[in-house]
Amino acid sequence: MSNRVIKILVPAISIILGLLVGAVVMLFSGYDPVAGYIALWNGIFGDSYAIGETIRQISPYILAGLAVAFAFRTGLFNIGVEGQLMVGWFASAYVGAAFELPMYIHLPFALLAAAVAGALWGLVPGILKATLRVHEVIVTIMMNYVALHVVNALIKTVSGGSYKTDKIQPTASLRSEFLSNLTDYSTLHYGIFVALGMVIVMWFILEKTKTGFELKSVGFNENASQYAGMNVKKNIILSMVISGAFAGLGGAMEGLGTFGSMTNQGGFTGIGFDGIAVALLGANAPLGIIFGASLFGSLKYGANNMPNAAGIPLEIVSIVIALIIFFVACGYIIRVGLQRLNKKKEAK
Amino acid sequence: MSFLEVLYFIVPTSIAYAAPLILTAIGGVFSERSGVVNIGLEGLMVMGAFVGIVFILAYADVFGGWTPWIALLVAMLVSAIFSVMHAVASVSFRADQVVSGVAINMLGIAIALFSVKMMFGKGQTDFIQQKIPRVNIPLLQDIPVIGPMFFKSVYGTSVLAILVAVIAWFVIYKTPFGLRLRSVGEHPMAADTMGINVTKIRYTAVIISGGLAGIGGAIYSQTMTGDFGHATINGQGFMALAAMIFGKWHPIGAMGAALFFGFAQALAISAGSISFIENVPTVYFYILPYVLTILALAGFIGKANAPKANGVPYIKGSR
Repeated sequence: MSNRVIKILVPAISIILGLLVGAVVMLFSGYDPVAGYIALWNGIFGDSYAIGETIRQISPYILAGLAVAFAFRTGLFNIGVEGQLMVGWFASAYVGAAFELPMYIHLPFALLAAAVAGALWGLVPGILKATLRVHEVIVTIMMNYVALHVVNALIKTVSGGSYKTDKIQPTASLRSEFLSNLTDYSTLHYGIFVALGMVIVMWFILEKTKTGFELKSVGFNENASQYAGMNVKKNIILSMVISGAFAGLGGAMEGLGTFGSMTNQGGFTGIGFDGIAVALLGANAPLGIIFGASLFGSLKYGANNMPNAAGIPLEIVSIVIALIIFFVACGYIIRVGLQRLNKKKEAK
Repeated sequence: MSFLEVLYFIVPTSIAYAAPLILTAIGGVFSERSGVVNIGLEGLMVMGAFVGIVFILAYADVFGGWTPWIALLVAMLVSAIFSVMHAVASVSFRADQVVSGVAINMLGIAIALFSVKMMFGKGQTDFIQQKIPRVNIPLLQDIPVIGPMFFKSVYGTSVLAILVAVIAWFVIYKTPFGLRLRSVGEHPMAADTMGINVTKIRYTAVIISGGLAGIGGAIYSQTMTGDFGHATINGQGFMALAAMIFGKWHPIGAMGAALFFGFAQALAISAGSISFIENVPTVYFYILPYVLTILALAGFIGKANAPKANGVPYIKGSR
């Protein structure tokens, strides 16, 4: 078995194991796993409305996955996508509501605001990592909570004491009547094209520019990169900033597309954490991320159909997703197993 | 409220908030001192909080007044068993410990909510009737000023938390097990050469951290919310992680940091009624623990050095 095959097999086996263990959990809790997975399938592909909503759910997942993956490529673990996404969401909702501009200025402006907000949230851990060698995992976790409380306070301030920002102007909206009509009046919006565009941007930066080469090089070996004359500090900060910008755009999907405003958040959206799963499953590669986001986005949306159609709590899907991450993380043991299997075959 | 009245309210509230943080942070100290990063504290706490509530709801009639205490034990056991997953992944399977921790967090909340919906048919449990009793400590409560502040109607669990912190300090710094634990976290190869079973020590440490986080979670849900829902724990595990770092991976330091974070939370909920800070937006108190942790890490409050082998799987024979 070549390395390439194993690379694809590890996530595939993880997904199968995750779904299997999920089925076992359903079985032991007295539910019918077959009915459960059929309900899940119908929740994703049942009709054109479901498909539209599923694609809508996938867009922020792609961006969250891109954010995690981009930092990973420079050897950084950005757990702060959740917080960066929230400040991006707020920034887009605020700019979308507060200004009155023609659409061709307003929409890009709102998207840019989201990206800048997310980038700023990524800048802090980036600077701390580059200059003081502070581990980015802890800083980004702490920044998540700072974001949660600050955004809630800002919503209150901006809305004059209410729990919700004003509805955004139609000129800043990503909503599309065409896409909505196409999918039986779902909330599908143009965000999916923004997300796919960003996948191309990530691919282009990493594979086609000198900056991208430097970013990857720092991820492989900091010392060698330093020796080769690259500015390691600059690249670490740049990587966190770009990663944060992707995450902020993920927030704009919710602010300008799905909800058109931002309500007070009692807890995290979960999209940022699922972004880790997306990036891991997609092996931090652009195409892999589209695949990972499609899988987790579909699972997440399809789960909504499970309580009604099969009487199973939708949290079963969160269990499955967590298990898939767990199994991907344990990829070492899966790889060892595969290699043993391979050797046996060769011996025969 | 007068200044003294404010203190009479804030100090006990701070200690009540700190107790779960102390226990969980000390769990984190055990795990990370052995070289296993445990971001999964949050998930382990969620599990403890869930079990703590459900056990009381189910067995309140059987055990009577002892139910909350037995519930703590059961929560400890369940979370300890749950943490074995993290141990297997990060010690035996050489998984990325941060990723495995993230998975534990997601799994903890997902399993707990799944079970709650299965058992109660709604998003949160019923409220418990049996609560952790508040006790007055004899003699000490009669001391003027300090008495009512620290020793009147304290939760038994707060006393437990402080005891555990002292015991943890003793275990980590004064026993052979503690020395082994620290050596495994600093230089596993040297420890292995000296005949210490690295794998065994690391498993033990992670399971201890799971058990303590379980108790911590159960205390939080029993004293603070009285029921269990999706937002019950909401970041307490990460705050405990912050307390551990702020306390520089030392049990007593972690306790101090946890007490301080408890104070910040108590201040946030009561700021509106205190005359000289009522105009300060509460958001500042909410973000205080997190901002302080970032500052501590940045070295503004003395250097905080993690155990050297923290987060690195030990592979026999590799250099």
